Amino acid sequence: MTGWVLATLLLYILSFAAYLRNLYVENRAIGLAAGASLFVGLWLHYFALLERARVLHAVPYEDLWGSLSLFAWLLGATFLGLELVHRGRAVGPFVLPLIVLLFALSHFRDVSPHPATARGTLFALHVTLNILAYSAFSLAFVLSTIYLIQNRLLRRRKPGGVFWRFPPMDVLERMCRSSALVGVLALAAGISFGFVWADRLHGHYWSGDPKEIVSLLILVFYSAYLWLSRSTAWRGSRAAVLCLCNFVFVMFSYSIVNIYLSRYHRFY
Amino acid sequence: MEIVLLGLNHRTAPVELRERVAFSPEKAGRAATELRERGVLAETLVLSTCNRSELYGVPQESAAETIPQLERYFASLHELDPAVLGASLYHHRDHGVVRHVFRVAAGLDSMLLGEAEILGQVRDAYQAAYDMGSTGPVLNRMFQAALEVGKRVRTETEIGTRPVSVAFAGVKLAEQIFGKLSKHCALILGAGTVSEQVVEHLRDRGIARLLVANRSPERARELAARWKAEVIEWEKVEGALAVPDMVVSSVGAEQAVMSRAMVERAMQSRANRALFLIDLGVPRNVAPEAGKLYNVYLYNVDDLAEIVEGNKRARAGEIPRVEAIIEQHVLKFQAWQTGVEVTSVLRDLRAKLAQGRNAFLRERLSNMEGLTSAEQERMAQLAEELLERLVISPFEHVRSERDLRKRIADLDAVRRMFGLDQEKH
Repeated sequence: MTGWVLATLLLYILSFAAYLRNLYVENRAIGLAAGASLFVGLWLHYFALLERARVLHAVPYEDLWGSLSLFAWLLGATFLGLELVHRGRAVGPFVLPLIVLLFALSHFRDVSPHPATARGTLFALHVTLNILAYSAFSLAFVLSTIYLIQNRLLRRRKPGGVFWRFPPMDVLERMCRSSALVGVLALAAGISFGFVWADRLHGHYWSGDPKEIVSLLILVFYSAYLWLSRSTAWRGSRAAVLCLCNFVFVMFSYSIVNIYLSRYHRFY
Repeated sequence: MEIVLLGLNHRTAPVELRERVAFSPEKAGRAATELRERGVLAETLVLSTCNRSELYGVPQESAAETIPQLERYFASLHELDPAVLGASLYHHRDHGVVRHVFRVAAGLDSMLLGEAEILGQVRDAYQAAYDMGSTGPVLNRMFQAALEVGKRVRTETEIGTRPVSVAFAGVKLAEQIFGKLSKHCALILGAGTVSEQVVEHLRDRGIARLLVANRSPERARELAARWKAEVIEWEKVEGALAVPDMVVSSVGAEQAVMSRAMVERAMQSRANRALFLIDLGVPRNVAPEAGKLYNVYLYNVDDLAEIVEGNKRARAGEIPRVEAIIEQHVLKFQAWQTGVEVTSVLRDLRAKLAQGRNAFLRERLSNMEGLTSAEQERMAQLAEELLERLVISPFEHVRSERDLRKRIADLDAVRRMFGLDQEKH
């Protein structure tokens, strides 16, 4: 592990500890320290990605590990953005472990150079936006989970412990929708760039690859979630459950489809 | 530099006695002035709330002599026979006072453990005393530290976070569902003491709109005027349920005022937006089955009481952490206090030694012949240097080393050892 990587990992762990502490003992200084550590961690992580790209002589997401690293980076950036908008620090202890895990996994193996591949800006946008969408959907998954826990505690009339520390259910719902919206917009743009790039490369937009089909389905499912979450029948916990189910498809797309089913996609 | 405290509180005196010894601002000012003018106290501060009447001071004489004087003054000021106050009065000295005021500011000495209001009352009492000039370096330092303790325990522990009244628990639950209440609406059905408290908390938390319905139209109008709310006719309550986000019901009725079917229809008309029902009625005003409907959160008075009990236990569980913070600040105050005392002893010691040295030199030099004035001056200088090195320097050490200061328990012993008692007062 290089200095960048170690420093980033330490900052993420520090940020996690501060978010966790802030959950139990709400303290403005600790909350700010949590956000600041994450922010600096993301900066260092950016340099770690640059270093990976330099060693690979390619984009940093050329392999599975680099893809995971970018996933972690975008998840952190999306969360920090959401935290600034909605002030939901109590969600941090649930998101940071994911970031730490993804980041640590992505540096599990040493980076070895690949044959140089120059695929251009369109390809970079296609991949980055799709991974951003996965990150935003991951965040929506975490938020939906917290919403359902809160809802369960409230309905059982047992609101104790951390119940009082979590953001209000209305805020969780709005954060979740914001996150899913970011994911849908990023995925729509990412898929569009992918189609244009495929057209330039192969001369046709659509190749019927399983990844294309599953990605479009995910887009439809999350758009449906955004629409249904404001409807009479679905608003509230049903929409949160739908959000959880949608995430199963995201994970399916990111793992099984990428590794076993897709002909053109590998790690993104 | 001693500190004394004399007073009574909700633990030692019933409300009948507490109300007789309450200090109005005028009375507090009078006490502060008279006690200083009579030479009883050098610094004074009166803390008077509905649960306590306390007199803090730095005595001119020793604390042991001052406390009986304060007891007599306390009784005469409130025109009471000292025997009536009897066992209700308590007094503390020095670190006992410091610990006590820190506990008061932290809410540990309050009737409702960890309540926040006391910190504001301590701040106001200190500000009033400071403005009239009755505090000095000791009470200033102690009360500033008390305010810091109060603030710290409320940010670093959960002593004051969880609601411990049924009404506030209901409002906090509403905030956990809807977030800030400034864009939300509440409907109050009927009227009761707890409903009244809920309305007060809702107003404090900035509720956007309040609706009131009562079986008696006159009563509804009266409540609406008092709460600055809008009146809903009793017959139109069901239709109006599409609007409010929370309903607080406290109606004296044999049968449920809101049936499951009624709430179900309301949920359809409000497109399933979450509805929080607080049922304070006994018998219950809302059919329990209504709580099973989607996006309906129903809490009755027992549910809220159970939450309150849990929260009280959680607050009590925080006491050791609060005590630890208090002890940190007591030690810090002790170190400061010893530092100030060391400086005072040092000043007196230096004066005493200078006096002794001059007398000694006068006596001895008068017997020595053949010394020029330059030589005499040189000898005086050497004597001063010797005293500085042997006696004063160790004291400078004490002043600069906090740990050493903590170990010196009684500086009065040093005063007596060097015969500084006369210089003290």
